[in-house]
Amino acid sequence: MANYFPILILGLLAAALPLATIFLARAIQTRRPNPAKLEPYESGIAATTFAFDTRFSVRYFLIAVLFVVFDVETIFLFPWAVLFHRLGLFGLIEMVIFLVILVVGYFYVWKRQALDWA
Amino acid sequence: MGAAEAAGSALLTGVAGWLFVGFALLILGTAIAVVWSKNPVHSALFLLASFLLVACVFILEEAEFVGAVQILVYAGGIMVLFLFVIMLVHQRTAAGTPAFQHQWDIALLLLPVFLIPFLYILGTEKFTDIARNPDAFRAVAGRVIGNTEAVSWLMFRDYLLPFEVASVFLLVAMIGAVVLGKRSFEKVD
Amino acid sequence: MKILTPTFLTYVKVLLIVAVVPAIVGFVIVLAERRIMGFMQVRLGPNRVGPKGTLQGLADLLKLVTKEDVTPARAEKFVHFLAPVLAVIPALTALAVIPMGPSIRLARHVSTPLWVADINIGLLFLLAITSIGVYGIILGGWASNNKYSMLGGLRSAAQLVSYEVPMGLSLVAVLLMTRSLSLVEIVMRQDRMQLWFVFPGLLSFFLYFVSGVAETNRNPFDLPEAESELVSGFNTEYSGVKFAFFFLGEYAAMIIISCVAVTVFFGGWLPPFGHVKALSFLHIVPPFLWFLAKVGFFIFCYIWFRSTFPRYRFDQLMALGWKWMIPLSLVNIVIVALAILWTPGRTDGLVRLGWLFGALFLLMFFLAKLRQALARRDRLASEPAGTRQSALKA
Repeated sequence: MANYFPILILGLLAAALPLATIFLARAIQTRRPNPAKLEPYESGIAATTFAFDTRFSVRYFLIAVLFVVFDVETIFLFPWAVLFHRLGLFGLIEMVIFLVILVVGYFYVWKRQALDWA
Repeated sequence: MGAAEAAGSALLTGVAGWLFVGFALLILGTAIAVVWSKNPVHSALFLLASFLLVACVFILEEAEFVGAVQILVYAGGIMVLFLFVIMLVHQRTAAGTPAFQHQWDIALLLLPVFLIPFLYILGTEKFTDIARNPDAFRAVAGRVIGNTEAVSWLMFRDYLLPFEVASVFLLVAMIGAVVLGKRSFEKVD
Repeated sequence: MKILTPTFLTYVKVLLIVAVVPAIVGFVIVLAERRIMGFMQVRLGPNRVGPKGTLQGLADLLKLVTKEDVTPARAEKFVHFLAPVLAVIPALTALAVIPMGPSIRLARHVSTPLWVADINIGLLFLLAITSIGVYGIILGGWASNNKYSMLGGLRSAAQLVSYEVPMGLSLVAVLLMTRSLSLVEIVMRQDRMQLWFVFPGLLSFFLYFVSGVAETNRNPFDLPEAESELVSGFNTEYSGVKFAFFFLGEYAAMIIISCVAVTVFFGGWLPPFGHVKALSFLHIVPPFLWFLAKVGFFIFCYIWFRSTFPRYRFDQLMALGWKWMIPLSLVNIVIVALAILWTPGRTDGLVRLGWLFGALFLLMFFLAKLRQALARRDRLASEPAGTRQSALKA
């Protein structure tokens, strides 16, 4: 546990560095805002609709769900791999069964074209 | 583990206690902020902070592996999913909704669902053993190695069936996502 | 020298990371990138500020700090401000667990290892912390309230999460050999086994580094900031210091990917062939310099890729990640596990696997070359003489 304390401190310092620099820079920079400058950049054409009003493809949602599933799968593999030398062939069989079940789902996802973006 | 490190952890019992209280208060604070904020993205940010603080508590209690998983899956995975959903929803309609959904009935119904397993775990023999045997979370077959190895030893020998069942759950999640997602974009196309 | 206690030295190292890494990024890597790319594209690159352009970093710093830091009127101001901070935190924090060398002696009875913390879950911690890096980009893209930024942020998030899976899986295959998640132990084990894991883990290494390049949003996977279609993507509405911190986050992430590649696959601070008697003179070079040289090589590879490969299309990028790298990395895990079971307790199986992978890669390389040559011959034969120029280009 004592090992993690410096990491926490490093994290806080890593947050302090950009915060301090942004505030310091504010003190020395010239600010001349004008309405045109504060518009969203749309290649020089005045924006009529804004990003908060637009909607996006549901495919992003699909990718995120599939990611969570595969992420959890990876998490299961980590402790297995670390202790594999003690689990031996039995461990390999266990993991192959686990993976086969998931690969079935993977092929279903592939066949339903959920992995195709276009 | 060297003598210096042992002395270090002995020193930390007092500090660790205060750290726990600090983290716990921060977790509660961020959790309340999740419900309180009007803007869904702000809620998501507070939830992210809350997840990270929970990971800190796990690590503080020497369950390092669980802490890392907490960050990897919840902070790194599920929060991305939440943010996607928030951004996919029409933002203006979302901002206008009231901060509190009056769903006390459902909340009351769900409370025991979450509380009872916790109380059960608190009451089991294994848990009370920890106070007397602080290395229980990091021992494999009596030898102290590490939290990851201990989890592995338990999961791939004692809790084999739950582990395999987990893959079925993941399968269901995958198929469910495709069914939900595909239907909605087939409608759009 | 009572002041040089281990705890004190640890915090000195923490401070060094926060102070030195941004300086290295600004003064060394960015300059090296621009000079090397200039060389590869037959132009000069920055050469005006200071001798041979060496002070370009200072000029950039002054410009970025004094530049007006614009927050668009319709932006979500607080999140817009927070996003670059969130991009920097994980990238710098992850460096805490990278072992850059064994203990060095500072004074009599005072020595300190070249890492901040050697934790039991090192590699998993690294993956976990770097997975937080996505929020800087996605929130920066969202908070700007600009369609380009929003698309860039969403694309980037989808890309990052897609490539996190093959990255994790490729490292799992190496964990079968390392038996530990601690990065220090991983290096030590390569020393004891007299074998760098890149050899039996050749496929893992390729999968890892390709995902690593995708994770850092670099060419050929730099879609989130595709200049030609998204006018710089998630950071369109950022200027001045805030932009600089997005930049720092990206480069620090490159450093981390390179450090992990070196530690896990290329023996960390160990000299090459350290156990061969004839090459024992390589031990004269301090371990830290070996580490630095190896990391430098991977940073160079990043730059090299940038001036070599054309950008992927988004659907190609997703297909590569989900349809090629994930199945390949799962197969790789099973293959490595079988090689370990082949000769339990010894490394023979792994060495044989290494030769097999090496032979396969060479074979594939020559097959690809052969196909290229045949295709060129066919085209030359079928096209009229006047259009030879196009055939040569392909």
